[in-house]
Amino acid sequence: MRVARWLLGAAVLGGLAYLNFFVFQGPLLVKLINVSLFSSLFVLFRVIYGPSPADRIVAVDILGVLIIGLLALFGLFFDQGFFLDIALIWALLSFVSSLAFAKILEGRRLDD
Amino acid sequence: MIRQTIGMVFIWMGIAFDFLGVLGLLRLPDVYTRLQAATKCITFGTAGLLFGVFIMKGFSSFGFKALLGIVFIFLTSPTAAHAISRAAHRSGIPLAEESVIDLYQADRELKGE
Repeated sequence: MRVARWLLGAAVLGGLAYLNFFVFQGPLLVKLINVSLFSSLFVLFRVIYGPSPADRIVAVDILGVLIIGLLALFGLFFDQGFFLDIALIWALLSFVSSLAFAKILEGRRLDD
Repeated sequence: MIRQTIGMVFIWMGIAFDFLGVLGLLRLPDVYTRLQAATKCITFGTAGLLFGVFIMKGFSSFGFKALLGIVFIFLTSPTAAHAISRAAHRSGIPLAEESVIDLYQADRELKGE
């Protein structure tokens, strides 16, 4: 059972890497953006199936930081500066929402 | 040309750290180890990626926004991780069965909370 799970994970990751880097023909930045998008997909798995509420909060926090990197790559690809503005705003809002979720999880009031 | 190459090296390194952190988030057994792997790897990875963007774009408004993003991430991410782990421990989420010591629990029992 354990070996089967390892083999399944290795097959999925190897297949995604092969399809992304050898089959797909495109610019290099698009391939890197694809890797970041797959990472976001795995984090969404933890958001949906996380066994405890703290897992979901951790995954949402991590998703915010991943999206900052993704927006930086978008800014490089389209050569536009305003994606970084969105990334800065996203960083601040993700921080505030993580703190609020942590307070709610601990059982304290928001004005405490 | 050399600036583009060094920036792409930093961006590759950042993407690799992001991916390894996400693997840790999927694979490790409980909340605290997941938090540790994911927060450290992804903070360092995204900061490296933004530093690569800064090297590629130089001293323009684009590059300085990337530097400001690094400062924001380094200020906010450890704070959020600390608050989440403290809240998880206080709300009674157990550690994994493989873990051997829980010093925060012992400290709280010593203080009589």
